[in-house]
Amino acid sequence: MSHPILEVQQLNKSFGGVIATDNVDMRVTQGEIHALIGPNGAGKTTLISQLSGLLTPDSGEIIFQGKTITGLPAYEFCRAGLARSFQITSVFQEMSLLDNVAMAVQARSGHSFKFWKNAKKEKLLREPALQYLEQVGLAERCNWLASEVSHGERRQLEIAMALATEPQMLLLDEPMAGMGREESAQLISTLNGLKKDKTLLLVEHDMDAVFALADTITVLVYGRVVASGEPDSIRNNEQVRQAYLGEDDN
Amino acid sequence: MPEATIGKQHTAVKWISIVMITALAVIPFGLYLAGNAFWLDIFTRLVILAIAACGLNLILGLGGLVSFGHAAYIGLGAYAVGIPVYHSTYGGMDAIASYNGFVHLGLAMAVCALFALVTGIISLRTRGVNFIMITMAFGQMMFYAIVSLETYGGDDGLTIDLRSEFPLITLDNPVTLYIVCYLSLLALVFLLHRISHSRFGLILQGAKFNEERMGAIGVNCYRYQLTAFVLSGLICGYAGFLLGNFTTFISPEMMDWTRSGEIMFMVILGGAAALWGPVIGAVIFIVLEFVLSEITIYWHLYFGLLLIFSVLFMRGGVSGALSRWFNSSRSSGTQRQA
Repeated sequence: MSHPILEVQQLNKSFGGVIATDNVDMRVTQGEIHALIGPNGAGKTTLISQLSGLLTPDSGEIIFQGKTITGLPAYEFCRAGLARSFQITSVFQEMSLLDNVAMAVQARSGHSFKFWKNAKKEKLLREPALQYLEQVGLAERCNWLASEVSHGERRQLEIAMALATEPQMLLLDEPMAGMGREESAQLISTLNGLKKDKTLLLVEHDMDAVFALADTITVLVYGRVVASGEPDSIRNNEQVRQAYLGEDDN
Repeated sequence: MPEATIGKQHTAVKWISIVMITALAVIPFGLYLAGNAFWLDIFTRLVILAIAACGLNLILGLGGLVSFGHAAYIGLGAYAVGIPVYHSTYGGMDAIASYNGFVHLGLAMAVCALFALVTGIISLRTRGVNFIMITMAFGQMMFYAIVSLETYGGDDGLTIDLRSEFPLITLDNPVTLYIVCYLSLLALVFLLHRISHSRFGLILQGAKFNEERMGAIGVNCYRYQLTAFVLSGLICGYAGFLLGNFTTFISPEMMDWTRSGEIMFMVILGGAAALWGPVIGAVIFIVLEFVLSEITIYWHLYFGLLLIFSVLFMRGGVSGALSRWFNSSRSSGTQRQA
């Protein structure tokens, strides 16, 4: 086994009396696609939010590439190389797709205390942005407003924006939610293409997608990790079947 | 505005720019030459208020942060003229006593930058209604601080005996003063135009639309918003500097929260985030103030009604309505621009 790129140790988070993350330990290996699954309310999004700095855990450590990043603000997580996409699409609706991605390119290319030059004409921002759109198959629509394209295309845009920050690792929160079969298939191939140089942590409900993509699967139930391992071992795990697959009638 | 393409907006802005630049040059001088010197005063005040409104628009329109304390900067800018002049005339405070315009301007900028920085650091930790309230509170704090300065007239205010002195430029001449204000406004609008398309401007707008997303792509919005807040304060301070020189009478009343409300009125009515929006708002404000106050002493009531109307029925204020009208009247066959 190679070195873990992300290590989560004894993570805890509760809201009032509800324990959303219960002593979670997790290791994500460099270069793998790691899927995080679990029934509704298992605390997947809460965990992802902690892993991207939007929520601060009550206790525990998040170690990314050997650096403890627990408690840092969200923008520091991104700068460390850990980018995320959102479950509820979060893009700039009033901007064109190209402007959306160019914003992300700009974010990683130094400070933005530049007051004079027209940033919408900067090749340094526009060209890489177009490449990322190409990577997710949206180059043709680059001048459409984000509010004008389909839901599935906005999900792709999310991923292009995350990619544009040049992360080592991507956290994808239900990237296929609300997508048609064809769009899902395209996204699966996009994600497979990323596998070469990115590590992916994927939260997903679509079991076909999970078993098609994942190298490792971690199962979360009521905020606790009940199993973690290769897809085959998860498929045959009695505890998982009971807690999740059986109930969900999948 | 999904239907509005970038190309169309450009032509709309271009036409509005031409009209505004021409009107603000031709009308006051035309009236002045026709013997109505009084109108030059009205226009001078209009242009100064427009500068202040543009300043507020940097943080309100571009940054989406509703600051309710911007009259404080106008007051500070005006007192930065009045106080040095007072001490040059009556002695004391040798460090700042001066008739020199550069001293006044420098002092105005320094004080406004400092006040904006200190209050911005605190205010920008909040959002929404809290941000409105805290900026208003800081504004009122400054208002009462000035009221308590008995030396400078306290509540009653202070007459500025001599205007700021600049080499070659005599602000005592109303025509010169208007030209200075007019050129300042043009320069400012151009500067804001550049900023809104710059990297800095894009970050501000991104933070307005979706701050969480900005964080997720690695941007620390706070630094940029604070910079915009200070810039915005500086612009209003400059407007105050001009206003002091124009009215030659300053009082705490000019930094009351109702004054902040008036500037905000101009921005919202004219169209926040639109380049000429605040200027259009200032024009409407002055016209209405002039016309309505002739008819009734309760003219503020009609102001309020108009503001409610525009918020409910005119998205993007008057300039929003203008550019929609402009777009629809210029055929619909335009293609999506590459």
